[in-house]
Amino acid sequence: MKRRTTVLTALFLAATMLVSADLFAGETLDAVKKKGFVSVGVNGSLFGFGKPDEKGHWEGLDVDTGRAVAAAVFGDAGKVKFIPLTAVQRFTALQSGEIDVLCRNATRTLTRDTQLGLNFATVNYYDGQTFMISKKLGVKSAGELDGATVCVLPGTTTEQNAADFFRSKKLNWKPVVIEQNAELAKAFFAGRCDCLTSDASQLAGIRAVAPNPADYIILPEVISKEPLAPTVRHGDDQWRDIVDYAVLAMINAEELGITSANVDEMLKSTDPVIQRFLGVTEGNGAALGLDEKFAYNIIKQVGNYGEVFERNVGINTPLGLERGLNALWTDGGLMYAPPFK
Amino acid sequence: MQQQVPSISQTTEAKTSFWHDPDRLAVFYQALALAVVILVGYYLFTNTLTNLERQNIATGFGFFGKEAAFEIGESLISYSAADTYARALLAGVLNTLKVAVIGVILTVVLGTIVGIARLSSNWLVSRTAAVYTEVLQDIPVLLQLFFWYAVFYEILPSPRQAVNPFPGVFLSNRGMVVGVPEAHPVHIWMLTAFVAGCIVVWMLRRWARKRQEETGRIFPVFRTSVAVLPALPALAWVIGGAPTAMDVPELRGFNFVGGINFSPEFAALLLGLVLYTAAFVAEIVRAGIQSVSHGQTEAAMSLGLRPGKVLQLVILPQALRVIVPPLTSQMLNLTKNSSLAVAIGYPDFVSVANTTINQTGQAIEGIAMIMAVYLFFSLTTSAFMNWYNKKVKLVER
Repeated sequence: MKRRTTVLTALFLAATMLVSADLFAGETLDAVKKKGFVSVGVNGSLFGFGKPDEKGHWEGLDVDTGRAVAAAVFGDAGKVKFIPLTAVQRFTALQSGEIDVLCRNATRTLTRDTQLGLNFATVNYYDGQTFMISKKLGVKSAGELDGATVCVLPGTTTEQNAADFFRSKKLNWKPVVIEQNAELAKAFFAGRCDCLTSDASQLAGIRAVAPNPADYIILPEVISKEPLAPTVRHGDDQWRDIVDYAVLAMINAEELGITSANVDEMLKSTDPVIQRFLGVTEGNGAALGLDEKFAYNIIKQVGNYGEVFERNVGINTPLGLERGLNALWTDGGLMYAPPFK
Repeated sequence: MQQQVPSISQTTEAKTSFWHDPDRLAVFYQALALAVVILVGYYLFTNTLTNLERQNIATGFGFFGKEAAFEIGESLISYSAADTYARALLAGVLNTLKVAVIGVILTVVLGTIVGIARLSSNWLVSRTAAVYTEVLQDIPVLLQLFFWYAVFYEILPSPRQAVNPFPGVFLSNRGMVVGVPEAHPVHIWMLTAFVAGCIVVWMLRRWARKRQEETGRIFPVFRTSVAVLPALPALAWVIGGAPTAMDVPELRGFNFVGGINFSPEFAALLLGLVLYTAAFVAEIVRAGIQSVSHGQTEAAMSLGLRPGKVLQLVILPQALRVIVPPLTSQMLNLTKNSSLAVAIGYPDFVSVANTTINQTGQAIEGIAMIMAVYLFFSLTTSAFMNWYNKKVKLVER
């Protein structure tokens, strides 16, 4: 994996050095159509978000976002290739052109938006960082963590949030920074660290695969805002719009009450909003440079946001996450899609 | 590059044309190669800048002075999240240096012992050494690191149940905490006394050699040194009032406070690198010793030299010229392999630089720094080893 980082970085450097200056702008869609699939950077080992199952079939919220993009572009959610990346590798892989879109629980921040050559699409999960700790230690709140050893992933906003949190509370702590999710979780479960810090959804995912999930609690304090969003390269507005509206289509469908089960039925709807959304009335697809049926294809093959959420991370999955901030705006959450017109 | 080709123009009076003169041709080709390298370099550099600008990626080392805002687990210098990226990177470099220096010393010692053991006439000793070298050479070093790290955190208990083998020493999955003497001004004087001791020994050695050359009488330098080196610091300690206060580790909250701590990450990295690299060094030492013909040993023995002296005066000087060059490359391997540290959570330079790259997005600057630091380590090591190689080379009379 070390080698992979090096190879990726070398690739990035080589790409930046050799590629002539006018290749990227506006051409991701053409390049993707030409090769016949979308390359999606994913986590690779995060339960509920991006991880292959025992049979090698990829599953997760981020994975489904990648499939939605493929459904929008090709009308076929299967025309997608998932590339597992660590936190350190992810942006380099995108910058170097190894992947077309990054769906890997990346937090949108000002620096990343401005200095990394990246653009973020619509948020597909609103998260916040917190701490997971063994019940045996009897800690009830993050304020009691003075002197704790904390396991944390490198190259993430997590690393800085934790530092900011302990600094503002004037608490001592010691980080143990390990690059691979799996190795980090192993070290935590073996007791190398007192607590593990990450986004609440990730902690739930890690706890779901713990040797003894009931032994661990997630502390109530949420110490940061983590709007997780798919990421594309800066400078290709059309591609960014496509990724954006692939996510928004799923949110909009939930609001309109369209599911993968009833989408064919809905084609016959006389509601002009639904007709426009599903491409019965033309215009939306052409505006994005896609097939008029792009939203129909996404909902038919991947599902609406609510379906995707419940299938991967919802209350009936091992992660057992509430909708919370990720509910529709009509239900008091933050999920809100602009009109499809 | 600079091959000593006997120049034809010097040996023959006849004028050779430019294309047949190897000396001038060599210069011409070198100039040509240099020009190509410069041109390609210029193209890459300007193209990189244009591409970065177009992708809206900021360039430059301006981030050095900014607040790093991330914590580093262990550091030789004081460091906190409020310090700058420059200081964070320095802490990383020192962490790498710490593993590399201690690792190289231990590797050379262990490798030499195993290499000599492999040639032992004792069947058990030589077989054990053989199995060690064969097995450890063949397992990828990253796996070995994972293994040792897992050994530390899986087998050792949590701090609250720490093992206490000696007074003031606690072993737990947070590492080994050792009580140390409390900071006292006398420690500086003890260090000074030790340095002074080293100078005394060095001068003694020169004097003893000169005397032996003149009179033939041998002075027991080694035994004297063993006595002098600890004696001077001890004397300084007694004069300084013999302070005995100890900074004893104590379990407070989650972990031990006080003493010095050897983290499991550092221990696992050091152990993994040393055991792996020592297997290669052992083979180099064995090859070096075997390259000296047995007749040399027999000749030395027949002069009446004891086995220790035979090794020291006859075998080693000849073996070293075979050993030193490949040994240098193993030392460099160890230093470079220390960059695997990020896999097991030791905050080495690459780990810190990776975090920096991720937070600032300065991949090109970051990678350039990583290359510069490792290049510097490599060049320094090889310069030192070349100097040593020249020193131990056979002096032909």
